Amino acid sequence: MADKLALIVTSGSREPLQMAAMMASVGSVSGFEVSVFLSMNAMTYFVRGREDEAAPAEGEVGQLMAEKNAPPFMELFQQAAELGGASLYPCSMAVDILEAGPDQLNPMLEKPLGLTKFMSDFEDATVLTF
Amino acid sequence: MSEPRIVDARGSFCPGPLMELIAAMKEIEVGDELEVLSTDAGSASDVPEWLDKVGHEQVANWEEDGVYHIRARKAK
Repeated sequence: MADKLALIVTSGSREPLQMAAMMASVGSVSGFEVSVFLSMNAMTYFVRGREDEAAPAEGEVGQLMAEKNAPPFMELFQQAAELGGASLYPCSMAVDILEAGPDQLNPMLEKPLGLTKFMSDFEDATVLTF
Repeated sequence: MSEPRIVDARGSFCPGPLMELIAAMKEIEVGDELEVLSTDAGSASDVPEWLDKVGHEQVANWEEDGVYHIRARKAK
């Protein structure tokens, strides 16, 4: 059975989003069962029409990533789902706060999930937070 | 043996070259070869590591004029 990797992504800043997306994409294509729980400010980019919004950089590397040809984090999350079979779950609380209906969520996402259910399903996973 | 399909990932950063390789790997047949071109030094070691981990064959790996060439054969 594949090792489970659960990524809890809450930041809306470029660097943690990029690192989470890198872990999701590389992990999922390397044999890990990857699940991503998107909440707080990270969730905003997964509302339709907002996927191209620029995530603010926290520091120098984040600024340089925007200037150079680093793969965009949304593209990496998409590859994680399509190439590696990663599951991306929107936090039901964040979805409610954003007043985003099912048809307003990025189609790469699974159905919204509560934190309790996520923690229950992935209690045996390695959990990383971003 | 046909020429390897070229995956030109020059200018991209980690994990771009690896992900481009994987996307291309899904489109070729078992036994076919790919050659990734990358200017990212980290990918020059990451791509062979991934090939080894998932069971594909690394055919060759060399650097020329700042470009890393990683040739792989799809094994399964």
